[in-house]
Amino acid sequence: MDMRTMTALELGRKIRAGECTAVDAVNASLGQISALEQELNCYVTVEPEKAIERAEEVQKKIEAGELTGPLAGVPVAIKDNMCTTGTLTSCSSKILSNFVPTYTATAVKRLEDAGAVILGKTNMDEFAMGSTTETSYYGATKNPWNLDRVPGGSSGGSAAAVAAGECFYALGSDTGGSIRQPASFCGVTGMKPTYGTVSRYGLIAYGSSLDQIGPIARDVSDCAAILETIVAHDIKDSTSVDVAETDYTSALVDDVAGMRIGIPRDYLGDGLDPEVKAAVLAAADELAKKGANVEEFDLNLVEYAIPAYYIIASAEASSNLSRFDGVKYGFRVPEFDGLHDMYKKTRSKGFGAEVKRRIMLGSFVLSSGYYDAYYVKALKVKALIKQAFDRAFEQYDVILGPTAPTTALKLGDNLSDPIRMYLGDIYTVSVNLAGLPGISVPCGCSAEGLPIGVQLIGDSFQEKKIIRAAYAYEKTRTWGQPELAEGRHSK
Amino acid sequence: MSKQYETVIGLEVHVELASKTKIFCGCSTEFGGEPNTHTCPVCTGMPGSLPVLNKQVVEYAIAVGLATNCTITQNCKFDRKNYFYPDNPQNYQISQLYYPICRNGGIEIETGGIKKTIGIHEIHMEEDAGKLVHDPWEDCTLVDFNRSGVPLIEIVSEPDMRSAEEVIAYLEKLRLIIQYLGASDCKLNEGSMRADVNLSVREMGAAEFGTRTEMKNLNSFKAIARAIDGERKRQIELLEMGKSVIQETRRWDDNKEYSYAMRSKEDAQDYRYFPEPDLVPIIISDEWLERVRAAQPELRDEKKIRYKAEYDIPDYDIDIITGSKHLADLFEDTIACGSDPKEVSNWLMGETMKLVKEKEIEPEDITFSPENLAKLIALIKEGSINRSVAKDVFQRIFESDIDPESYVEEHGLKTVNDEGALRTAIEAVVAANPQSVEDYKGGKTKAMGFLVGQTMKAMQGKADPGMVNRILKEILEQA
Repeated sequence: MDMRTMTALELGRKIRAGECTAVDAVNASLGQISALEQELNCYVTVEPEKAIERAEEVQKKIEAGELTGPLAGVPVAIKDNMCTTGTLTSCSSKILSNFVPTYTATAVKRLEDAGAVILGKTNMDEFAMGSTTETSYYGATKNPWNLDRVPGGSSGGSAAAVAAGECFYALGSDTGGSIRQPASFCGVTGMKPTYGTVSRYGLIAYGSSLDQIGPIARDVSDCAAILETIVAHDIKDSTSVDVAETDYTSALVDDVAGMRIGIPRDYLGDGLDPEVKAAVLAAADELAKKGANVEEFDLNLVEYAIPAYYIIASAEASSNLSRFDGVKYGFRVPEFDGLHDMYKKTRSKGFGAEVKRRIMLGSFVLSSGYYDAYYVKALKVKALIKQAFDRAFEQYDVILGPTAPTTALKLGDNLSDPIRMYLGDIYTVSVNLAGLPGISVPCGCSAEGLPIGVQLIGDSFQEKKIIRAAYAYEKTRTWGQPELAEGRHSK
Repeated sequence: MSKQYETVIGLEVHVELASKTKIFCGCSTEFGGEPNTHTCPVCTGMPGSLPVLNKQVVEYAIAVGLATNCTITQNCKFDRKNYFYPDNPQNYQISQLYYPICRNGGIEIETGGIKKTIGIHEIHMEEDAGKLVHDPWEDCTLVDFNRSGVPLIEIVSEPDMRSAEEVIAYLEKLRLIIQYLGASDCKLNEGSMRADVNLSVREMGAAEFGTRTEMKNLNSFKAIARAIDGERKRQIELLEMGKSVIQETRRWDDNKEYSYAMRSKEDAQDYRYFPEPDLVPIIISDEWLERVRAAQPELRDEKKIRYKAEYDIPDYDIDIITGSKHLADLFEDTIACGSDPKEVSNWLMGETMKLVKEKEIEPEDITFSPENLAKLIALIKEGSINRSVAKDVFQRIFESDIDPESYVEEHGLKTVNDEGALRTAIEAVVAANPQSVEDYKGGKTKAMGFLVGQTMKAMQGKADPGMVNRILKEILEQA
């Protein structure tokens, strides 16, 4: 058997059935890492010895019947903005390039308790700011389907690692599309849960009111099982919600008869790549063939989502990132003249250009005299967007559209043009502003062989509806994409 | 000075709340631990940590708000105040700007027999910062985060005060209210109560306020009074010279009795306040508010009325005793041990206050227990010790809270009321002082006093004075 192409759930079943061990699984991932990592750069940190040791320990517990969950023994990769005790947690930034936490993020802790084996920490856009994973201090991650392309971002390392078999599943975080967009670019499945579903404790904040941890995996079933494992009310996170129904895997049912699905016309307009549009509409047709009632509607306000998002996220980021000052931990310039000079030089040298751009943008919109014109107005837009979705969900169970306007871009294309990069978030940011759950599922390939994703959006805490629709769609998939991206250059 | 000026003062008072744990994490708030021992990822601003609000802090803030006649904001929020400083681990302070927990209150003060209400603009909750410690050996600055996250309330008054006397009266009233609520010990010298003074002057009768300054670093009521007088003079001198007052923050140096400018309005920071996204709004339900209201302890004004009715002690005594929460507690607890209220009041008003003054401490710093005062009073009542011995024993109680029963026993201080022993001692005194006996018989009553004194001396002060007098008279009559 080629273990590398298995889903997390399949692997978990085989380990529990004794057909292979957790150590075999780790070795399969480590083999793939050593074969591809030099080219792909999915990870900031890989810890082979730790992972093998941990796999041995987990294997014993599985054999002793102490670990019986679906993910026991399955190797996982964690985005490098989630704190892990004793392991570098850098946010792909120079300023945290020596930061080893003494505590573990709640979501990661819940995976560990379920018997997950952590392989390492994945690369990302610095502090999750970016859509290409090119702003990392540790260099860009490459798209395993085409090494000249970006994997998307900011959870690009996680998505590329899953696509390339360098792990069986991964955790990402999504503030404006950072799970869904790289999942779309890398041909994997990624889900952002409703804000408040997964604890943010230990997740290094970018935009606190928008950030949410979620799974990136090979299919919808894996995503449902992972979410079921990491979801929990956490007293350490005041914004964490005690969600009533968390049996997400019970929604893995191939039946969408009568389901009302709306496609926002606003999501099909200018700027959408025709190949992406065709693949997304074909996916909608598949669902219609299975009995879903699919129709187009006007969501409105879509054009305001990007400015509102960049104001709110940057404002929060400017404050969240102020703690990185060289005083307590992390990078500090060796030479400086007094406190202010130390602050200035440390932050000038410790942060990359995109992070500095957003800190300046955020500081500006919060400054006295501009606060009402920008920040307060953006909060009003946020509330209006939520209302627009509320109205839509009176009509529909699920909203369907593209995850991103294009397939994976060429490396370097966006770095010089931040506005263009920001516009690439057009279909994902509203979901964060409204706090809703969204999932990106592969729905085909472009002529160039680049994956395309379809996005399904649900009402707050209606994850089960989008899981059901995504699962039913996944069952219809027929395009002939290889199970594993092995990294190749375009001709 | 030809013109008449009026001083206009408003106060910003920070009070450290008495909760056992910090405002946003479970660390201890205890004062004086080894540096950075009362810390965790939250109060040291580690990445990924999140604040979780301590409910006790909200309840204390509500209690203070209710006791100062404020309206409680039942849907209140926290905001971030952004500024860089190494004692501020996140480089933002979680505070309240837009929806403070209490608003529009006021308390009544009395100065020179005149009553006046001082308005309270708002009370908000916030976290304290850490402390910077300079290391002279290494020539570097270290940060101690033990105080980081200790809960504070800031009580912002209206500019309703017109003199140092009114300011002191307001602060004393505020301090008593908070102490009575148990919300803080309010010690200015330890920093658990800190007052910043906003002061301006204007010509008597002027409609507009003058330009104000803010004075910081005021560590005692006396320093506050001196700083107010100093700043008032400084501003009037400026105006008299035709100059204008600059809006700025000034630091008071109480040793030099002079203030100097820290920063002016021009370089005032832009704190870029915005709603704290890591905390949800605090919804204070009617039920919660009622629970806090019902649990409010008896405050001073109510206590005064009750003491008069229940114990019938002089108004002056009531005023002194209720003037300190600790003294009032001591008073009531000693009575609860079975002592006579008047007797307890006498000990507190007399010997206790005398020693408090001698030792230059505050009534709040008294350490003796009500049980030991009650025992002392009982020893006097049963005649086991006389009053002069009792005063000495009380000093020991005051200093080290000794148990008076065992102390009297161990030191043999019990009054000798064994008639036989006394009679023998007096007979010996009489025999040794024939001249005095003659004098007494010759009508010199002063001689009697001398003989009593000699007897007390022989008995090392432990004799019951009444008994000595009676027996001595008998013997002298017979002689």
